[in-house]
Amino acid sequence: MVVDEIPTEIVDDVFRALADSTRRDILRRCAADEPSVSRLAQAYPMSFAAVQKHVAVLERAGLVVKVRRGREQLVHTDAAAVERARQALDELEATWRGRVERMSNLLATGETK
Amino acid sequence: MTLTSVDTDYDSLTVTLIADFDNPIDQVWELWSDPRKLERWWGPPGYPATVEKHALTPGGEVTYFMTAPAGDQLWGRWRVASVDPPTSLQFTDACAGSDGTPLEGSPASEISIRLLELEGRTRMEMRVTFETREDMERIVDQGTVEGWKQGVRQMDGLLAT
Repeated sequence: MVVDEIPTEIVDDVFRALADSTRRDILRRCAADEPSVSRLAQAYPMSFAAVQKHVAVLERAGLVVKVRRGREQLVHTDAAAVERARQALDELEATWRGRVERMSNLLATGETK
Repeated sequence: MTLTSVDTDYDSLTVTLIADFDNPIDQVWELWSDPRKLERWWGPPGYPATVEKHALTPGGEVTYFMTAPAGDQLWGRWRVASVDPPTSLQFTDACAGSDGTPLEGSPASEISIRLLELEGRTRMEMRVTFETREDMERIVDQGTVEGWKQGVRQMDGLLAT
């Protein structure tokens, strides 16, 4: 209800993707740069396959895009998709700001006594 | 100012709010525990809420719908994790079908509230986090299941002696 304009199944994928610190780090790296999957894998103390899996989760959520260049697969962050996730959180914040305001009004008018 | 602070953390997908009310704790608690009061602040303007089921007990459910200006109903459901009147409440809120079943793939949020009274005023601290199924994935992860099995074996060992 807080995220009206984005299909809910995509939102769920996005939040699942963002819930992991390695994946958030991958997003940051791939926003500043456009590394290949193998170069990305060297940056983490885990197997190539594990990093590849993280990239796949991000790709499925639409947060990164893979581009083939020669024999390499380059990964870059889709800034607009990350921005939409931020918006969803901003909407959650706005929803609760509104609720607290209404609670406050109800309490102030003494109708709850 | 009632709303004392709002902090939105994009990494942990969490909104933390602190609000201070000039009312005693029981009145603030009733905004949550009395369905007729809850429905007066839950829905945004133009979307009045109607609370159907309201079981504030561990494992209990609260179901509600908000009526949109065009007349359609938006249903939602809480699943209560823990409750300790009048100081704390934890639940998961998700969009649902009209039968109260959460919609598949719909993002849920976990809400945790703490109330604290000081000299007749009440502070409400609240954490709202987008829930993901990450934890579930971790639970079925082989390593964790193995860990549990070991733990259970150790318990068996202790009980046997």
